[in-house]
Amino acid sequence: MNLILKSLETYRDDYTFSNSDDAILRFPFPFPDDNYMYAVNMEPHVRGGPSKAYDAVFDIDEHYIGDMNDRALVLDQDPLRCQVLPHMAQAEWDALELIMDNLATDFPEHFTLTKDGDAWHWVNKPLGIDQKFIFGRSETLPCGPFEFITRQAQGDFSLQDQRDNTLYMDGGMVTSQADWSLNFDVGMAFHEWHGPVPLAHESGVFDRALQYLLRLQCGKPVRRLNWTMTANPRLDTSPENYPLWGPEKAAINAETVGHQLCLRVELQTLYRLPRSNAILFCIRGYLIRLEELARVEKWAVRMHRVIRDLHPKIAEYKGLVRYRELVVNYFAPFDDGRALNSGTSSEQDNI
Amino acid sequence: MKLKLTAIEALTPGISKFTLAPLEGTKLPPAGAGSHIVLEIPGPARMWKNAYSITSASDAPVYEIIVRRVEKSRGGSAWLHNHAKAGDVLEVHSPQNLFAPVRLAKRHLLLSAGIGITPFLSYLKLPDLAYELHHCCKPEDESAFAALLPKGANVTIHTSRHTLDVEALLKRQKLDTHVSVCGPESFMDMVLATTAHVGWPRLKLHKESFGGATGGAPFSAVLKRSGVILQVGPEESLLDALEAANFSPPCLCRGGACGECKITVLEGTPDHHDHYLSDVEKAAGNAIMICVSRAKTSELVLDF
Repeated sequence: MNLILKSLETYRDDYTFSNSDDAILRFPFPFPDDNYMYAVNMEPHVRGGPSKAYDAVFDIDEHYIGDMNDRALVLDQDPLRCQVLPHMAQAEWDALELIMDNLATDFPEHFTLTKDGDAWHWVNKPLGIDQKFIFGRSETLPCGPFEFITRQAQGDFSLQDQRDNTLYMDGGMVTSQADWSLNFDVGMAFHEWHGPVPLAHESGVFDRALQYLLRLQCGKPVRRLNWTMTANPRLDTSPENYPLWGPEKAAINAETVGHQLCLRVELQTLYRLPRSNAILFCIRGYLIRLEELARVEKWAVRMHRVIRDLHPKIAEYKGLVRYRELVVNYFAPFDDGRALNSGTSSEQDNI
Repeated sequence: MKLKLTAIEALTPGISKFTLAPLEGTKLPPAGAGSHIVLEIPGPARMWKNAYSITSASDAPVYEIIVRRVEKSRGGSAWLHNHAKAGDVLEVHSPQNLFAPVRLAKRHLLLSAGIGITPFLSYLKLPDLAYELHHCCKPEDESAFAALLPKGANVTIHTSRHTLDVEALLKRQKLDTHVSVCGPESFMDMVLATTAHVGWPRLKLHKESFGGATGGAPFSAVLKRSGVILQVGPEESLLDALEAANFSPPCLCRGGACGECKITVLEGTPDHHDHYLSDVEKAAGNAIMICVSRAKTSELVLDF
């Protein structure tokens, strides 16, 4: 896949994060139509799609080193961002194997995994990790197996146990979340952790989504996209750290909106795990500054229409009310009223 | 995936163990306790797809299944018993799990009858599982089942269902016990009726139906959207008939448990044999689980 990793970028303080032209074109743009409403928008997670972000099972991109560095900083300050309940021990190993197998298959120039029975050898070249361990024996790793591998994979993760005809969030690695807290949600059932979402409960979206997930099959992962907006390319927009990012959100104005405000897209993927029968949920976040997004003509036009016509309750839940008008005004000059093709593809080979 | 049948061992005159190994240079996907595989079994006119619980441990180098020869077999188990031989290569679907043990349970009460023991054989290979197992079988099969089970005070084999007092067993359980049951329809009905009678919590009761009858009177299935009329024979399921006609309807467990193969019924009255639809949904008669359910009318019109 010829992936070139950037050296360390920052997601706080001086915010050196930026997207290359390639990264902009591979951005998983979330709006196939000119309007947006909640739906059970799940589909099989197979390699290939409207952007290169869909080419790998667990996507690694040019921001890998900065992402993993930011995760380590968050964990140093708040170790409770990674928690796994004791009955999920087997699910931890299932998750480690799934992620290692796929990273080694999709990015062989960066990751290698050698298995000799239970004696495994994992090499992560970008992070300089060379680890021999015994599969199934936690004491042969520097930390728990789930923490070990999710410190090396982009995106937040949760482990969900299936029982009582529902799913329980019984573990996770959550350092780059859109304003939710693993420490608060851990142990909750599916309808409980989705409690705050407006509109979708009434229309039965969560009932249908749960029924679908309870029947998720091994080897047949599924995906969906979710999105919100973030002031500055900050990964850790956690409730615990609201005092750090809340003021930045409040400071967005017409001059700074294009550079500072980011569309944040979550490529959410779900995998049934073979031994534990648990589900691994990956929330792979992508950030793009509005000025970067505006370099793709179709996306700029569509952003104008989607944000302009967004249901007020969704805008409120996603925290967009304060700067919604700024976003609409920012993209309005790009919208000449043309008809757009449905679908999320950029329809450009270069920018 | 293709797997090679490497050994067949008769446990009783009607029950055999089959060992399936990966082809050279490949590795089996791990299969957690309670998992099953679907085998594609060649028949004279068509392919049968039968689901069998995996009885081996989750990371064993081979899959083991134990198959009872069904009288009036639709074709699957008869072929395995009469024609399959070591060295045969079969198409096998990746393992799926519809009967995983609850990991938070402090204690498992496992109740099985006949070939319904099979999912529990994988449970018993979990390290540190706290359980009590009661298995019912015919007197002549007792020694064969005893050889499959660990010896201990927590394992009891009953050669008559009358010696298994389910009500007494349930009444002496502590609050944190989960009950799992697997066996023929009549055994499941007996256990479920007893759990209902003593007020056993529904969320602490887990059941796997096994070898449910799929045969019955023949009927016609009118596939409205496809514009096709199928005849469903007495020895095949509606799902079998659809697949024989080269349709691929969604399906998973092939035993009326998972809900995957539900199809809307537009006309006619379904004869429900599944464990998925609620009593209200069954009474409404506008949906059918095509893997096990049939028709009370000579014709069903389906939204397919």
